[in-house]
Parts: sequence; C-alpha cells; structure tokens
Amino acid sequence: MNESVGIVEPKKLTLQGKLDLECGQSLTDIEIVYETYGNLNQDSSNAILICHALSGNHHAAGVYEGEKRPGWWDSLIGPGKAIDTNKFYVVCPNNIGGCHGSLGPSSINKETGDYFGPDFPIITVKDWVRSQSLLSDSLGIEKWHAVVGGSLGGMQALEWSRLFPDKIKKAGIIAAAPKLSAQNIAFNEVARQAILNDPDFAAGRYLDTGQSPKQGLKLARMVGHITYLSEEAMKSKFGRDLKEEKLNFVYDAEFEIESYLRYQGDVFSENFDANTYLLMTKLLDYFDPAVDHQGDLARAFETIEAQLLVVSFTTDWRFAPERSREIVNALIAAKKRVSYLEIDSPHGHDSFLFADEDYTKGLSSFLEN
Amino acid sequence: MDTIEVIKKWVERNSEVLDLGCGDGEILKILSRESESTVMGVEINQEDINSCIKSGLNVIQQNIDEGLENFGDKSFDVVIMSQTIQVLKEPKKALMEVTRIGKESIVTIPNFGFLSTRLSLLFSGKMPVTGSLPKNWHETDNIHLCTIKDFEILCNESSINIIEKRFFNSSGNESLLAKISPNLFAATAMYKISQ
Repeated sequence: MNESVGIVEPKKLTLQGKLDLECGQSLTDIEIVYETYGNLNQDSSNAILICHALSGNHHAAGVYEGEKRPGWWDSLIGPGKAIDTNKFYVVCPNNIGGCHGSLGPSSINKETGDYFGPDFPIITVKDWVRSQSLLSDSLGIEKWHAVVGGSLGGMQALEWSRLFPDKIKKAGIIAAAPKLSAQNIAFNEVARQAILNDPDFAAGRYLDTGQSPKQGLKLARMVGHITYLSEEAMKSKFGRDLKEEKLNFVYDAEFEIESYLRYQGDVFSENFDANTYLLMTKLLDYFDPAVDHQGDLARAFETIEAQLLVVSFTTDWRFAPERSREIVNALIAAKKRVSYLEIDSPHGHDSFLFADEDYTKGLSSFLEN
Repeated sequence: MDTIEVIKKWVERNSEVLDLGCGDGEILKILSRESESTVMGVEINQEDINSCIKSGLNVIQQNIDEGLENFGDKSFDVVIMSQTIQVLKEPKKALMEVTRIGKESIVTIPNFGFLSTRLSLLFSGKMPVTGSLPKNWHETDNIHLCTIKDFEILCNESSINIIEKRFFNSSGNESLLAKISPNLFAATAMYKISQ
C-alpha cells in the first residue's frame, strides 16, 4: 500500500491562447509547471486533475532526485493508494499566480520587461479553473475522469463541475466550503496585514531591493497554521510541553508549540513568495459561486452533470463539516448526484493530507466505481 | 412475494427514491437497475457507505436522529425506511419527516406482536431473541419496538394515511396466515403511507 511513485520531474508548457480574467485584464503566453504520475490510457479516459490548496504547488507526489521530502499529497497518490497511479494518470499543475514556476508575481511581464510583483492581476478560482481547462486542451485530455482537491483545491473541483460539465466525470470536494465565513476572511486579513506591514515588503517590489518580507510571511504562516490544526491535535502533540525543564522568564520560545510555529513560519518564509500569498488569500476571500445567483447555491449548481463526492473531517474548524453540508444540501436540492462522507479524524483541517483508512477507502471507491 | 418484490412493485419506474438507513444499498441497487429509478441513500455506518459508493450509489452520511431538514418537502417520489424506525430515538418524528419528504413512503417494521416473540417471552421469561430480532436486549440497537397494532395506532393518531399494507412470515414471504391475522402471524409488516 505504501509504495511511492518514485523519482519525479516537473514539466513545463505554455498555454495556447489568451486567458481573460474576471478582473477585466487578460494574460497571454501563460507558462504552467506541472507534474504527472501514472500513464494515460489509449482513449485518454483515466486522467485525474489534482488542484492544490493555498500554499500548495505542483509537487503532489514522489520525490525529486537527491531529495527526501515527498510531494504534499504523497500519502494519497501512488501505486495502490487512494488515487491509484496504477489505474489513473494524475496531473497536478502549479496554478497561475503561484511561485513555483508557473506564471506569477515573480515572473517577468513581457510588456514592461520587469517582473510583475504587486501588479500581477488578482486571480479568482474561476480564472484558475479556466487556465486548467486550457491545460487539459494542451495535454489532449477532453474529459477528466475526475478533478480532486482539498480545501481551496476542493473549491476548484466544485467550480470545475459547474463551469465545464462536459469536461469532467467526477469531482472530489474535500475539506472545502461554499464560500469563506467572516472568521475565515478575518484570519486571511491578519495574514495580509502581517505581510503588508513588513518594512521589507517595499510595496510589493522587494525583488528590486534584494530584501524579502520574511518576517511578515512568517507571521502570516504562523496564524494560518493554527487554523489548520485542531485543538485536540495541538494538545496531544505539544500540550504545555516546555523546551527546557523550567520557565526562564524570558520572551524566547519556551513552549514547544511556540518553537514549532516559529520553525514552520521560518521554513515557509524561505520558500514562498509574499505577493503570491497575498494573491491566494484574496482569491479565497472572493470565492462564492452563489454570488451570481442571488446567494442561492442550489441554483448555482444547476449546470453540474458530474458525480460528486464531498468529504469533511470532524475536527476541522477552518472549514467545518457544517460548511461541507451546505454544499451537499444545495446539491441535494438541485437534484445532483452527490455522496457525502464525514470522517472522524483528529488532525483538524490538515486531515485531508492524512491517509485515514475510512477517508482513503471512500475516495478510492468513488474514483473506481 | 418477499419484501423486495413488493417494494419493486410499489415503486413506479423512473421514480426518485430516498432510502433512509439504506445499509449497503441492496434495495437502491435493485431499484436503480431494474426500475431505472434515481436513487439516494442516507446511512451512518462507514462500511455500509463504502459499499454504496463502490456500487456507484449516491449516499449521504447523516444521523437520522439529528434531523432531516436538509431534504425538502415532497422532494422525492418515494421515501423508504426499512427496518430502521425501531432504532431511532424519536420514531414519531421520523415518521412525520418521512411522509413530509416523500410523496409516498414505504416503511417496514419488525412486528413485536409476532407469535414466536410472544411465546418466547411467555415461556422463557426473557426478552425475545428471534430470527427478526436476533440480538440480546443489551446488545440490540432496537430501542422502540412495536406491534402491528401499535404502529397503525400511531399512524392514525398522526393523521398518516395507510395506502397499502403487506405482511410477511419469518422466512420473509407473504403467507395466508400472516394475511388473516397479521399481528399474530406476521414477523414483518410493510406499509405504503402518505401524509
């Protein structure tokens, strides 16, 4: 069961045509970096698109030559795993606006010769899905067997089923919500303020100064990370454990949870772009498929033809089970083909990354039925 | 006829069917395959849900005791509740909900008035363990058992209309005895009801 797809290499292509964005601007010559696992069958009917979440990228499974750390969804993608690469051809792109090789704020704007930085247009989930549809055209995939994603990735899978009913057979919508709550937006705003107020942010043109708003990104990640874990998970992993045996009456990291969060923030700030983080939190805030339908989600779902699986996790408080049930209930009201799983898992929002047996069995049954 | 044959007869072709407590989806599979019905199940047991998903059925993981408000009024042609009402906390409320959601509903109950159940209690002095009630009192999920008489009284009190009823013996088939004196000779009763 625990086999890996092994050594992988990212691929790159330039999307054909122009992408008109929701904000009114458009992008051309869009470079997309992506990875694939498994083999495409003769009639191209076994392709699964994986959509990444807020801070994700195209490296979903396997390892890079000479590295140890596997892709972010390696627990679920591989031979014999929930998304079985013996059966399926799995494609995972880095979305536009990202910072791992696809067109984004750190790319050069061909019109100005300078990098985009803060001038990169604000992208929406719809824009992402449209760019992924252009990618399917480039790859010769007329219809995805499934589009699957967790969190913001689940929102893309949902949007896929709405926007391209002819190009998708199934959608796996995991740990998602039909739109962000005020609390969700509030957390994103704290993250953005941390970045925007870092003196090294330099109004987004930090690549010119050679500095980077690492402190701001670190704080943004720390606050985000808290929302990914459940209280239970934090309690059992760290509790009130101290790094040393006694309190030292100083402001250094004394509790294990403090040093864990600082470490996570540091690693993230070394590897992620601040403009991308701002962009992706905004994109989350804007997501609301019902907005064009007077807030009526069931009406927003009218175009859906795909078979859908919605999965939530009991300890997820970022996108709690109630939020997934909003999606499910609107799908029921719209008379769509939907199944819903509520998985008992201790890992909070991050549960979608763990290979819990009930979850992986449900997902593989859905993909293979 | 057995219970499944009666259900197949009662559900018209191309109906929209909701099965509350659908188990591994046995009934839904048959209805979707043979009656070309559009089906959905509600179930709480993870293994059963997986079986349903494997069979390509739409199934919602939900605890019926926590409410069914997410299903609209008369949103299904038929709502089935088979051998489920006796495990629920509020059978009366469930019955009202079933008839609210379905234009018609099919409810199946184990009959506690069945002769072998009565004899078992009479002679052993212990809670009956029979073919349709196979578990000990402390292990069973059944918390609201009733007789055919009880069930019909509840329907009457709740202004629920019994359209049709069928009675089955302990081997699950209709029989003359069960028809003549159901409360004594039927192990299982099946009702087609509406609001």
